[in-house]
Amino acid sequence: MKSFVTLIAGLLMAVTVSAQEIAPDILVKNVTNEVLDIVRKDKDIQGGNTRKAVELIEVKVLPYFNFVRMTQSTLGKSWRDATPAQQKALTEEFRTLLVRTYSAALTGYKNQTIEFKPFSMNAGDTEVRVRSEIKQSSGQPIPLDYFLEKGSPDWKVVDIKVYGVSLTANYLDTFKTTVRNDGIDGLIAVLQKKNKSGEAAAVKK
Amino acid sequence: MIAVFAAFFVAGCATSGNPKDPVEGFNRAMFAFNEGLDGAIIRPVASGYEAVLPSPVRTGVSNFFGNIGDIFIGVNNLFQGKFGDAFGDFGRVVINTTVGILGLFDVASSTGIPKHDEDFGQTFGRWGAGNGAYVVLPVFGPRTTRDAVGLVLDIVADPISNIGNVATRNSLVALRIVDDRATLLPADKVIEEAALDKYSYLRDAYLQRRRSLIHDGNPPREVDPEADAEQLERPAIAAAGYEPVAAEPVATIAPAVVAQLQAESADATGNK
Repeated sequence: MKSFVTLIAGLLMAVTVSAQEIAPDILVKNVTNEVLDIVRKDKDIQGGNTRKAVELIEVKVLPYFNFVRMTQSTLGKSWRDATPAQQKALTEEFRTLLVRTYSAALTGYKNQTIEFKPFSMNAGDTEVRVRSEIKQSSGQPIPLDYFLEKGSPDWKVVDIKVYGVSLTANYLDTFKTTVRNDGIDGLIAVLQKKNKSGEAAAVKK
Repeated sequence: MIAVFAAFFVAGCATSGNPKDPVEGFNRAMFAFNEGLDGAIIRPVASGYEAVLPSPVRTGVSNFFGNIGDIFIGVNNLFQGKFGDAFGDFGRVVINTTVGILGLFDVASSTGIPKHDEDFGQTFGRWGAGNGAYVVLPVFGPRTTRDAVGLVLDIVADPISNIGNVATRNSLVALRIVDDRATLLPADKVIEEAALDKYSYLRDAYLQRRRSLIHDGNPPREVDPEADAEQLERPAIAAAGYEPVAAEPVATIAPAVVAQLQAESADATGNK
């Protein structure tokens, strides 16, 4: 559970290098380091400024995520039943939800450091796992794994596991139940409502 | 007390729809009870604790309890046949108790002996015991049937629960609860943002995390992105905590699990 605090770190990905076939582990490392550098210097984000954290994530992290893929795997077979317009709405809302979650984690950042584990892949691999650990002042480190998929042409993150908890798979059941009870539009409505209430709470602060 | 919970439990069984959470009604009631307890007492106390004590002191407290915990992490690693890890755990206890002044400083981590996470529930899982049903226990929170049994052993073996002086023991137990809760305070906000339904979000996170812990961070691969949506669904569910059984049979297994649990809770009532 401590892990959630530190999702942060994981979700921090940004890269200045222009994209010419960057190895997936290097990509994750670069983005992590860049975002952590910014957060370390930014007292607003550390002080709980969610809005600023969201901006940081939008600019530095989101380009390296494949949200369509994430939404698709979380929807399971309902994805196939959804119309293109519904798929688009679902992807947009799920993306907002994940970004809000990440930013909440970012604002809880407290001097943790990230250590990457040795990485190896075979030529021709199209999916890889980049493993890292969040080191804290006490207690055991928190495992943080990125799953990347080779798209055309770049590697993109398609899942993150914090403490072994997949951020996408954790919604499988809730999504399935909601779709069963209220249909795909019902799920879209639930996500919209959730995102709106989060937005309202952020404004109040 | 037990009879009350057993009654809840039986009442809850009627409302089950989810194969991995057959007693969801009972669990939601317990979850609400725990949330109430947390909101009324534990979280406010933990917030005060965090506000009043400087961070190095709180780290010292966490380290102190962590050091005691390492003894049983080592024992569990022995039971699981992970002798290298167990050796490291006992080494940690020796170093932290001496150089680290009774465990207040985690010197061992700085010298590169990593802390592990083990308990009896994981040991049973390692030995091949399945999850059983998901259960939310009063006060203790989420467990699976297997982990609930493990929890009993964890408590029996816990050095702090075995302290003879009642006042000392209770103070230490309370301090440990407050310390644990304080470290989770920042997570509250994240879960608030993430969860569409807090109960099921925490349930699925618990089940995923336990599965990962039992496999020491390397659970068998669950998602094949090449598969079409239909196939994608099932392996991903396995990630959330139960073994991939064909969809239909699960529904017939669940009542058997429920019946077994009912029998167990009836036993508990009879023996108290």
